[in-house]
Amino acid sequence: MIDSVDKLTQRTADLKGRTQAGTQVLVSMGTCGVAAGAAPVLDALKSEIANRKLENAVKIVETGCMGLCHCEPSIEILSSETGKSFTYGNVKPEDAGKILDNLNDIAAGMSTVERTWYYPELEDNTENKIQARIVLKNSGRINPELLDDYLANDGYSALAKVLTKMQPQDVIDEITASGLRGRGGGGFPTGMKWSFAAAQKSDDKYMICNADEGDPGAFMDRAVLEGDPHAVLEAMAIAGYAIGANHGIIYIRAEYPLAIQRLQIAISQAEKEGLLGDNIFGSGFNFKLELKYGAGAFVCGEETALIHSIEGKRGEPTFKPPFPAVSGLWKKPTIVNNVETYANVPAIIRKGSAWFKKIGTEKSAGTKVFALAGKVKDVGLVEVPMGTKLRDIIFGLGGGIENDKEFKAVQTGGPSGGCIKADKLDTPIDYDNLIALGSMMGSGGMIVMDEDDCMVNVAKFFLEFTLDESCGKCTPCRIGNKRLYEMLEEICEGKGTAQTLEKLRNLSHTIKDTALCGLGQTSPNPVLSTMINFEDEYLAHVQDKSCPAGVCTKLITYEINDNCVGCTLCARNCPVNCISGERKALHVIDQSKCIKCGVCYSACKFHAIDRK
Amino acid sequence: MINLTINDTPVSVDDNATILQAAAKIGIRIPTLCHFELDCFSIEHRMGSCRICVVEVEGRRNLAPACCTPVTEGMVVKTNTIRAINARRTMLDLILSDHPKECLTCEKNGDCELQNLASEMDLHHVMYEGEMSTYKIDLACNAIVRDLNKCIMCRRCETACNDVQTVGILSGVGRGFDAVVAPAAMMPLNETKCVFCGQCVAACPVGALTEQNNKYQVWQALNQKGKHVIVQTAPAVRVAIGEEFDMAPGSIATGKLVAGLKMLGFDKVFDTDFAADLTIMEETTELIERLTKNENLPILTSCCPGWVKFLEHQFPELVYMPSTAKSPQQMFGAIAKSYYAEKLGKKPEDIICVSVMPCLAKKYEASREEFAPEGVKDVDLVISTRELADMFKEAGIQLEKLEDQQYDNPLGESTGAAIIFGASGGVLEAALRTAADWLTGEDIKEIDFNAVRGLEGIKEATVNVAGTDVKVAVTSGLGNARKVLEKIQKGEAHYHAIEIMACPGGCLNGGGQPYNHGDSDILEKRKEAIYTADSDLPIRKSHENPHIKKLYDEYLEKPGSKLAHKLLHTHYTPRKNW
Amino acid sequence: MSCCDCQGKGQEELNLIEQFPEKREQLEAYIATLDIGDDREKNRGFLIQSLHKAQDIFGYLPLSVQLFVADKLKLHLSEVYGVISFYSYFTDKPVGKYKINVCTGTACFVKGAGSILEEFKRYLNIECGETSRDRKFSLGALRCVGACSLAPVVMVNEKVYGKVSTKMVPDIISECK
Ligand SMILES: Cc1cc2nc3c(=O)[nH]c(=O)nc-3n(C[C@H](O)[C@H](O)[C@H](O)COP(=O)(O)O)c2cc1C
Ligand code: SF4
Ligand code: SF4
Ligand code: SF4
Ligand code: SF4
Ligand code: SF4
Ligand code: SF4
Ligand code: SF4
Ligand code: SF4
Ligand code: FES
Ligand code: FES
Ligand code: FES
Repeated sequence: MIDSVDKLTQRTADLKGRTQAGTQVLVSMGTCGVAAGAAPVLDALKSEIANRKLENAVKIVETGCMGLCHCEPSIEILSSETGKSFTYGNVKPEDAGKILDNLNDIAAGMSTVERTWYYPELEDNTENKIQARIVLKNSGRINPELLDDYLANDGYSALAKVLTKMQPQDVIDEITASGLRGRGGGGFPTGMKWSFAAAQKSDDKYMICNADEGDPGAFMDRAVLEGDPHAVLEAMAIAGYAIGANHGIIYIRAEYPLAIQRLQIAISQAEKEGLLGDNIFGSGFNFKLELKYGAGAFVCGEETALIHSIEGKRGEPTFKPPFPAVSGLWKKPTIVNNVETYANVPAIIRKGSAWFKKIGTEKSAGTKVFALAGKVKDVGLVEVPMGTKLRDIIFGLGGGIENDKEFKAVQTGGPSGGCIKADKLDTPIDYDNLIALGSMMGSGGMIVMDEDDCMVNVAKFFLEFTLDESCGKCTPCRIGNKRLYEMLEEICEGKGTAQTLEKLRNLSHTIKDTALCGLGQTSPNPVLSTMINFEDEYLAHVQDKSCPAGVCTKLITYEINDNCVGCTLCARNCPVNCISGERKALHVIDQSKCIKCGVCYSACKFHAIDRK
Repeated sequence: MINLTINDTPVSVDDNATILQAAAKIGIRIPTLCHFELDCFSIEHRMGSCRICVVEVEGRRNLAPACCTPVTEGMVVKTNTIRAINARRTMLDLILSDHPKECLTCEKNGDCELQNLASEMDLHHVMYEGEMSTYKIDLACNAIVRDLNKCIMCRRCETACNDVQTVGILSGVGRGFDAVVAPAAMMPLNETKCVFCGQCVAACPVGALTEQNNKYQVWQALNQKGKHVIVQTAPAVRVAIGEEFDMAPGSIATGKLVAGLKMLGFDKVFDTDFAADLTIMEETTELIERLTKNENLPILTSCCPGWVKFLEHQFPELVYMPSTAKSPQQMFGAIAKSYYAEKLGKKPEDIICVSVMPCLAKKYEASREEFAPEGVKDVDLVISTRELADMFKEAGIQLEKLEDQQYDNPLGESTGAAIIFGASGGVLEAALRTAADWLTGEDIKEIDFNAVRGLEGIKEATVNVAGTDVKVAVTSGLGNARKVLEKIQKGEAHYHAIEIMACPGGCLNGGGQPYNHGDSDILEKRKEAIYTADSDLPIRKSHENPHIKKLYDEYLEKPGSKLAHKLLHTHYTPRKNW
Repeated sequence: MSCCDCQGKGQEELNLIEQFPEKREQLEAYIATLDIGDDREKNRGFLIQSLHKAQDIFGYLPLSVQLFVADKLKLHLSEVYGVISFYSYFTDKPVGKYKINVCTGTACFVKGAGSILEEFKRYLNIECGETSRDRKFSLGALRCVGACSLAPVVMVNEKVYGKVSTKMVPDIISECK
C-alpha cells in the first residue's frame, strides 16, 4: 500500500534507481501495432533473446502506441550504457536476429525512423522537432500494464501534491491559470468548468471521463488509454478532489477492447496500492472509479447523451440548461472531460501552470494530439504545440501526399468540422483559427484528401454518417439532415440544379441554428465548408453534370481507347466480366453491365481506358 | 422575480419561468407542438424536440426553444425576427415533408395541432420534399389505432404512458430518420400490457394515435331492422360533450345529450348512472362484508377497466383484492339483456346495447370474454364522447340548440351518487354514502365527503362511518395507483378501501373525452360541473334510487344474491407482464 | 438497427432462454453480481452492461433474452428494446459465423472503403446489416477501429485485414472456413 506521500516518494526513488538491463527493447503493442503484426515480432524477439540467453542483458518492454502508424510494427532500442536509442519501423519477425546482433548500433541492412518529438517536461531541445509530447509522454515508453513503470516516471506525484499541499480551489486556480481547454472538441476552459461544479452544494458529485471517441478516423484517446492509462486515473482523482466528487466513471466505447483491458488492470492496481479508494495518501479524500461501456452510438459523445447512456437509457441528448455541472448523472453535479484533457492535468500540476501556458498559443495553451490519416504518406499519431501550421503537420510529419498526387483538402473536426483548402495550410492551428476557417478542432482527427477525392461526395459521406448517428429526437436533425443528404445524392447523380444548391445552403444554416445538440448544430459544417471552398466542384456536378474527381459513378463512364493493345488484363480483372475482346485486339466495355468500379482503369498499364 | 424584455416589451416573471410563459404573460403566443403541460396533474413534457417554438435571444449563437429555455435576468428576446420566423417555417416544412397530408380524411381533422399550426403559419407549399417514413397501421386492438406515419415524434405519448401512467409500453425505437415511438419489437398494442386508458391518445397532438372508430357500426345498428337499439351514457360524457359544440367547458348538457341521442334514432336512451347506483349496491355490500369480517382488505374499486388490466399485468399477485362487482357499463349491459329483455319480451340477441363512454378502455372491456355469457355480449358497441359528437355533427344535430329531454325508464333513473362516478373520488364517496346509511340504519344528512374530492393524484382520508374509522385512499392516474399498490405490497399501507381510476382526475379526463390540449382549466370545470349536477339532484344516495329498489324487488332479490352474482360480478386473471 | 414492420409477428424465434439453460445460468450469475434493488432508475444503470454480457453469451438479443434481462432488472420490455434499437452494437437478429465488418470511417472511406463494401455485398449477395441464409456470413459496416493507418480496414470476427483492395475480397471470403 502506498498510503502516504513518503511511501510514494520512497517507491519512486527506488524505482528510478533500480538497475536497468543494459538494453531495453520497446515494442509498440497498441491496437494498431498488433493489427499490423507486432505480436509475431514480439515472439520472435523473445525467442531470439532466449536462444541467445540474453535475458539479463536485454529487457523487452511491451508499450502502447509510439505513433508511427505508417511503419508499424515498430520497435525502439534504448541502450542504458550509451544512452542512445534507435527506432526501427516495418519490423518483420525475421529481423529479430539482425537487431539483436548489434544492439549498440543500427542493425545491418535496416534503416531507422527519425524521432520528430521532444518531451517538454524533461528537455528543452526543440531542434528539428515539430512534436512536443506531454499527453503522449509515456505512451510508447513504458509498459502500460505495470504501475511501477508509471511510478518511475513521477506517476501519482501530482495527486500526492494536490491532496497534501493544495486546497480544492488552488487546484482549480492552477488549471484555470494554465489555460487548458477541453480537448473533446468544444475547447471550453477546463478550470472554469470545474469551478461550476465546485460551486454546487451536493452530497455527491461525479467526474466522468469521455472516452467515447466516436469521430471516425480519430484514435488519439485510444492511444492514450492503451499507452498510459494511469495518467487518466490520476487526473480524474485530482479533478474529483477539486470539485468535491468521490465518484469517477470512465465511459469507453466497446470497440476498444485493449483500452478497456488496460484500464481494468490500471484501476485494480491503483486500488490495490490505495491510490484510488478510501483515504488516499491518508488525506481523507475518497475516490472510486468504474468503467461503463458504450454500445455503438456516436451521439453518446455528447455529454448529456453520455450521461443518459450511463443511466442505461437511449443516448438522446437533452436541452441545456440544466448543465451537467448543475444536474448531471443521477441528477448530481457532474463534470465530463475528454481523455486528452485529463492526460494534461498531472503534468500541469507537476510543472505548474506557467510552464504549460508557455507552450502553444496565447488563447490555446499546450499541445494537441492529431490522428493524421488519409492520403498522406506517413500516417500517424502526432502531438504538436498549439499554433503549429497545418503544412508542417501534413508535409513535415506526414511526408506529403501519397503517390505524389496533388493535395486537395484536409478535414479537421470530423463530421462536425470542415475541409480546409491548400491556401490555408499556413494557418497556425488553434481553436479559434480553425473555427474562423469554417472548421473546428474537434477531437483531433485530421484526414488528408487528394485530387482523387470528390468534395461533394465527401460532404455526402459525412452527412451519411450524421444521418446514421443522429438520435432522431429533434426535427432539424432527424428530417433536415435526411433532406440534405437527399439533395447531395441528387447532385452526385447529376440531378441537381441551381435551386438544389440554394436549398442546400439555406437548410444547412437553419439546421445549425435550430438543432438541439452539438451533433445537429455542426452536422451541416462539412456541406457548408465544401460549398464555400469547392464551389467549382459543386457547379461542375450541377451545371456540367460531371464529377471532376471521377468519383460519382452516375456521372462517369469508362471507355477503352485506341491505346489498347489487347493485353486482356482489364477483362480478367473486371468483377462483372463486362469487358470483351480477343487477345491482341481492341477491347470493349459493355456499358449496360459496367458497375463503374474503376478496376480496369487502374489495372490497364497502357493508358487505354478513359474515365469521362 | 426575473425581468426581461420580449419584443421590446418589459416583463417580470417567476424565477423558473420559461420564455414561452413569459411571452404568454404579455399576450404573445409562440407556436408550440411537442410541448405539453397539464398543471393540475403536474405533467410537464418539455422535450424541446420539434423546434417549432424557436426564438432569438440576444447573445446566443443559435436560436432558443422558447418552451424549455428558462428566463434569465436582463434577457432580450425577439420572437418575430425574420430569422426566427424562417426557422419555424422550415421546421414545419420539414415535419410536413415526412407527413401524409391527408387532413381531409384524417380522424384528427379539425382537432389537430399540426393542422392548426400549418393554418396559422400559412405555409403554401412544402419545399424540402423527400423520402417519407412508412409504417404499417396498427389496427389490431379494438380501442386504439396507431398510424405512425403521422407521428411527429413529440414523445408526448411516451410521457403519458411511461411517466404518468407507468404502464411503460412505449419507447423511442431506432434512431435518426427511422426513429419512432412504439412498443417493444414494434408489437401491436393488443399483444402488450397496454391498458387502453387512451392517455397517449389524449396527449397526441396529431392523428398518429386515435380511437378505434365505431361510429359506422352504430349507424348500421340504428338502421338494422328488427333490432331494439338502446344506448347508455356514462356520467362524465354529459359534462364534456358540450365543448364540441362551442358550449363553455363545464356546461352540463344532460338533457341535450338525451335529446340528441333520441334524434339519432335510438329506441331507448338510458343512463349508465343507473348501473352506477347498482354497482354501489353490490360493491358496498362487499365492502361491509369484508369490513365486518375484517378480511381481504383493502377492497379496491373495479369499475375502471384500464386499472383492472393494469393490475392483471403488473400486480398479478393482487388480483384477489378488487371488488368482484362488474363496472357500471357491464352491469348495465347485463341487466339490459336479462331483466330488461324479459320485460320487453325480447331475446337478448335482438337488443343492441351501445355505450357512450369518456373512455377507450371501455371498448376493450366490452370485448372481454367474461362479459359475453353464452356468446351474447353484455355491451355490443362502445363509442367515445368524441365519436358521439362526430355523429351528432354528421347528422346535423346542433346540440347546443336542442330542448332538454329526459332519459327513458326503467334504466334511466339515477342519483347524485352515480353522477360523481365521473370524477376521481366519486365512486368511493358514493359507496360511503350508502355504507353510512346501511351501517347506522339511519338517513345520514352529511354526505359530502370533501376529503376525497379534487384532482390530486393521491387523496387519503379517515372517515367515520357509523362509529368506526374507515381508512380510505383515492388515486387517479396509474402512476399514483402504482405507488399505493407498492406500499400495500410492502405492508406499509393499511387502508380499508381504495378507489383507483386509470386516468388522472378520473373519467372526466378519460381518453375518449374532447381533447383538452393541455388546458387544466377545462378539467377543473368538468369536475365542478359533476359536483354541481350531484347537488342539484333530489336523490343523492344509490340505495334510494327507486328503480334500483324495484330491480331488486322484482328480479335480483337482494345485493349479493345468487342471481346478482351471476349477472353482476366477475373475476380477474393474471396476465403477462410485457 | 432498423425496425422492421413485421410488427412482432412471424418472428417465430427460438426461445434461447429455455433452449440453453447453461447460458441462461451464466447470464443469471452475471446479473446476480450486480447491485440490483427496487429502484428502477438505479437498476437501469446496469442495463447496458447486462446486454453486453447477454449478447456475448447468446450471440444476439432476441425477445426472449430481452425479456429475461427486463425481468431481472425490473424494467419494462419496451425500455430494453428501445435501448437495443438505439445502439448499433446490439442486434436482435441472429448473426453469421463470420462477421465481416468493413470500416467506413473517414480514413478508410477516403481510401476506398465504399467500393470494398460494394464488393462484399456483391460476392455475398447480401446487404449491409444482413446475414447470409446459411448463417455463415454477416456483413456490416463499422466506424473506425482505430487502425486508420492500415486503411482500408476489414474485420472478420476479431481478425483485422489492413490495406484491403477489392481484389482481396474473394480471398478474404474464402479464408473463412
Ligand atoms: C455529437 C458529439 C459527439 C462528441 N463526441 C465526443 C467524443 O467522442 N469524445 C469527447 O471527448 N468529446 C466528445 N464530444 C464533446 C463532449 O460533449 C464534451 O464537450 C467533452 O467531452 C467535454 O470534455 P472537454 O471539456 O474535456 O473537451 C462530443 C460532442 C458532440 C456534440
Ligand atoms: S441534433 Fe440530432 S443528435 Fe442532437 S438531439 Fe437533435 S436529433 Fe438528436
Ligand atoms: S469499371 Fe469495373 S465494372 Fe466497369 S468495366 Fe471496368 S472493371 Fe468492369
Ligand atoms: S488492360 Fe488496357 S491494354 Fe489491356 S486489354 Fe484492357 S484496355 Fe486494353
Ligand atoms: S395528423 Fe393532422 S396534419 Fe396530419 S393528416 Fe391528420 S389532421 Fe392533417
Ligand atoms: S381548405 Fe381547400 S382543400 Fe381544404 S377543404 Fe377547403 S377547399 Fe378543400
Ligand atoms: S392506452 Fe394507456 S397504456 Fe396503452 S399505450 Fe396509451 S397510455 Fe399506454
Ligand atoms: S404518436 Fe403522437 S404523441 Fe406519440 S410521439 Fe407520435 S405524434 Fe407524439
Ligand atoms: S378512469 Fe374512466 S375513462 Fe379512464 S380508463 Fe378508467 S374508466 Fe376509462
Ligand atoms: S501506431 Fe498506434 S495509433 Fe498509429
Ligand atoms: S414546442 Fe418547443 S421545441 Fe417543440
Ligand atoms: S477509419 Fe477505418 S480504421 Fe479508422
